[in-house]
Amino acid sequence: MRNVKVAGIGLLKVKEYWDRSIQDLFAETSLKAIKDAGVESIDKVYVSNMSAALMQDQLNTAALMSDAIGMPGISASRVEAGSASGGVAFHEAVQAVASGYSDTVLVTGVEKMSDILPDVVTTALAMAEEQEYTAYTGVTKTGIAAMIHRLYLDRYAEASEVCMMAVKSHEHAVGCKHAQYPFKMSIERAMSSPMEANPIHMMECAGIGDGAAAIVLVPADNAGVEVAGSAIATDYTSIAQRLDPMAMDAIRKAADRAYKMAGITAKKVDLAEVHDDFTINGVLGVEGLGLAKDGEGAKLVSTEEVDKAGKIPINTFGGLKARGNPLGATGIYQVAEVALQLRGDAGDHQVEGAKYGVAQNSGGMASICAVNVLRRAKK
Amino acid sequence: MSVPRYWRNEIPRYRLVGEECTVCGNKYFPARHVCSCGSTDFKAYKLTETGEVVTWTVIKNSPIGFEKYTPYVVGLIELGDGIRIMSQIVDVDPTDVSAGLKVEACFRKIKEDGKTGILQYGYKFRPIVA
Repeated sequence: MRNVKVAGIGLLKVKEYWDRSIQDLFAETSLKAIKDAGVESIDKVYVSNMSAALMQDQLNTAALMSDAIGMPGISASRVEAGSASGGVAFHEAVQAVASGYSDTVLVTGVEKMSDILPDVVTTALAMAEEQEYTAYTGVTKTGIAAMIHRLYLDRYAEASEVCMMAVKSHEHAVGCKHAQYPFKMSIERAMSSPMEANPIHMMECAGIGDGAAAIVLVPADNAGVEVAGSAIATDYTSIAQRLDPMAMDAIRKAADRAYKMAGITAKKVDLAEVHDDFTINGVLGVEGLGLAKDGEGAKLVSTEEVDKAGKIPINTFGGLKARGNPLGATGIYQVAEVALQLRGDAGDHQVEGAKYGVAQNSGGMASICAVNVLRRAKK
Repeated sequence: MSVPRYWRNEIPRYRLVGEECTVCGNKYFPARHVCSCGSTDFKAYKLTETGEVVTWTVIKNSPIGFEKYTPYVVGLIELGDGIRIMSQIVDVDPTDVSAGLKVEACFRKIKEDGKTGILQYGYKFRPIVA
């Protein structure tokens, strides 16, 4: 198996692009990544997208996007794994290069949520849950997270400690050019926002946005940023089926596999991007990655340890909450951000001396999770 | 919702019927294809219709089709036989729901598929009146 290098990155600011199509966003960010990589040609394209079928009435996006970037004829696949589509697509792209099957691979995530009304977004998000016995109850994605959030509060933490996940993400987004909400939000503001699904406040939820992020992968050459480990794990789709509804086994299993492949433990991780579509999910991501013990994630994210000068910087560009959560693109943003850190291009967000960084991307209520570990190459 | 998609779930949804593994006795709702013990041999199992609320939330922004029921409570309920089930909890003020609340299954309308579509029915749970 070959080592794989992150050769190029393209990021668009997450916002509402009323005047542009998913092809437009896909093409712009992909061409940026190809230019950044300085490669002559691409062998294979992976398109990560969750909901174009509902949001744009569009399927067959692998062909559509190959056309959009002026590469008809190229091999292309579309990857969908709910909001973990990006992390899973990245994993597939890594496998393509590692195996020797492809030499230069483009993996781009795109989602355009502003093309539909908010109640349709709620329905789209619930489509990542099992339909016949879960979505059937009228539960929403926020509702499922809220049930887990309540258990966490009963067992481990104060509501304000969990809420700090959102406050920290916003703090870290300040100055980030590709972030949707690059401004601070106080804990008082978050805790006094209306209940979205009790006990989750509105300001503890990632918003709705359009975005696209792209990465070019090539065989490693002992320079730049390499993929150290990449893994996916799944779980029972319904929290009702899990022995402990709060366990989030998919995150733990994916992290264990990715760390093992990288030859490290959680202690060696220098920074992390976690899937904080809701504050509770960010906290459980931190715990699932082994960066805090069970029940101590909320306390950790309440401290300066997760800031860029802290022991374990988390969501260094704002996470899903403040950078934005354009579903199928989110996982690519996360990996790209870790790569920016490790190659020293993180600007005001730079974490000094980082060698290993990890991105954790969940779909459904972590019924699937992709964990990707990057490292700075030795040279 | 197509008619077959609705019709094929009538027995589990109307009668709360799941499955029991004939090898290890594990019980499931809804039915599964493979037991955690590896067996694929199941028999029908009628769920206990009473249980306790484990956790819950209040849905204010609903998916399409549930708008007129908002705000409504959805909870995770542990039935007497240990099976956990997700369900709406009805006939209760949302502020009166708590962990450990004793509830029983009831047969209710779930939603309407527009003006001409199927009226969907199934289980919800409600507090047991002592």
